[in-house]
Amino acid sequence: MPSFLANKWTKVPVFFLCLVPLGILVWSALTANLGANPVEFIQHATGDWTLRFLVFTLCITPLRKLLKLPDLIRFRRMLGLFAFFYACLHFLTYLGPDQSFDLAAIWKDVAKRPFITVGFAAFVLLIPLAITSTAGWIRRLGGRRWRMLHRAIYISAICGVIHYYWLVKSAVLRPLTYAAIVAVLLLWRLGDWLIRRGRTIAAAPKTQRASANG
Amino acid sequence: MLLQRKPELTYTDVTSKEVYFNRRKFLQAMGIAGATAFAGKNLLDLVSPPRNVYAAAKFTNLVKSPFSTTEKPNTFEDVTHYNNFYEFGIDKTAPAKNAQKFRTSPWSVSVEGEVKTKRKFTMDEILKLAPLEERIYRHRCVEGWSIVVPWIGFSFSAIANLVQPTEKAKYVAFESLYDPSQMPEAKYGGLAFPYVEGLRLDEAMNPLTLLCVGMYGDSLPNQDGAPVRMVIPWKYGFKGIKSIVKIKFVAKEPPTTWNLANSHEYGFYSNVNPNVDHPRWSQAKERRLGEILRRNTLMFNGYQDQVASLYTGMDLKKNY
Repeated sequence: MPSFLANKWTKVPVFFLCLVPLGILVWSALTANLGANPVEFIQHATGDWTLRFLVFTLCITPLRKLLKLPDLIRFRRMLGLFAFFYACLHFLTYLGPDQSFDLAAIWKDVAKRPFITVGFAAFVLLIPLAITSTAGWIRRLGGRRWRMLHRAIYISAICGVIHYYWLVKSAVLRPLTYAAIVAVLLLWRLGDWLIRRGRTIAAAPKTQRASANG
Repeated sequence: MLLQRKPELTYTDVTSKEVYFNRRKFLQAMGIAGATAFAGKNLLDLVSPPRNVYAAAKFTNLVKSPFSTTEKPNTFEDVTHYNNFYEFGIDKTAPAKNAQKFRTSPWSVSVEGEVKTKRKFTMDEILKLAPLEERIYRHRCVEGWSIVVPWIGFSFSAIANLVQPTEKAKYVAFESLYDPSQMPEAKYGGLAFPYVEGLRLDEAMNPLTLLCVGMYGDSLPNQDGAPVRMVIPWKYGFKGIKSIVKIKFVAKEPPTTWNLANSHEYGFYSNVNPNVDHPRWSQAKERRLGEILRRNTLMFNGYQDQVASLYTGMDLKKNY
């Protein structure tokens, strides 16, 4: 399994797998299978897949550590960029069919409606992450600062879930499911961080003692 | 205005569902002509359209209504596969699937409360209460989409006049059937069932207010509220309660389901109003199913002339 993950060709099928939701959408459009409200169908599908890819991206680190599969990290950037890709499609359906590219109206909408505001925030937060996703940018920023910046995905995912929750009228089961998954993924990180911090603190007096003795 | 149609000129002939249905497919195919070459089945459908299953209209001699819009009705396919009927699931396509086996016969509607003659009507009795009219109404959902539907029914006032509300009657309360054994999806809807709705008596007596028993020349499909529902065209769609089992004339404003779920967002009146937004989204525009861009929403959904007088002196921002 690890050698399979490390293989340089594994990314190719994963890439095409990530395009399957788009492929299904396009095929449904061509065969007139998007239902009575195709715009809404595309909006919901692209929104759903944005959230799913955000969740996939957030799964990488916990899975990598829990399953001891360090090579999983090779797929994180691709999954994150696909989250951004589906977010762009989602945003475009809002700009075009919903708002007719009327920038003034869009700005008013973003400022006035919390549900749009948080969705917009979730999208905007992903832009710098997409731009700085390259190896060159990791070098330029330095690993530590790059990691700090890319923690913005936590906020983006939270905003995305709130955006979904505020959209539905009364059937909150699905947005709450996403909320629970994102919560678990973020709490795992918090736990992991606390454990690591505990270890460093526990380790610190020893070094002090060691230096005192020395 | 009683225009008797010749039997051979039924609804199906006039608006030609088949033409709409295929016109849409045709337009979609035009736009993507190249790609459609691959979608063999679709292309085949264009050459030899599938037989229309609604060819035989159940209701004939429908009275044409002066309240009908001249706007083009939506396709039967759209109106039967894009439904909010939470008892049968929350997805728009769920009721079409989950309501298939819904038992609508035998059916009776109990009319009670502040009336001189309380009565239970069987469905057959309801169908014979007044001449059935076809009314082509605009229908605006609170979610921001709209359709045009050729409903069948008669003014609610016909049934009200029969039971004679007393002076105490100021409102009308409606109740849907709730049968958990037939509606297992209902528990995921986040709503308290049975679904209840209400109107002020003068709203209920307005001639536009329709007791609806059918659409597109036939009885109501299950997912659209069979066998009998309300249609109040100047109000958001959720006011049009489906599958009614009880009508009660009452003295006080009755509780309504969406208001119980979220009183901040859904008021008792819920008149279509482009100037009063839903707290979370704008109501200024709507997407007519079948169209891409949004169109402007009309005050009282375009029925201002008939209903604006019901609300003179009322603050519609407060009474949303």
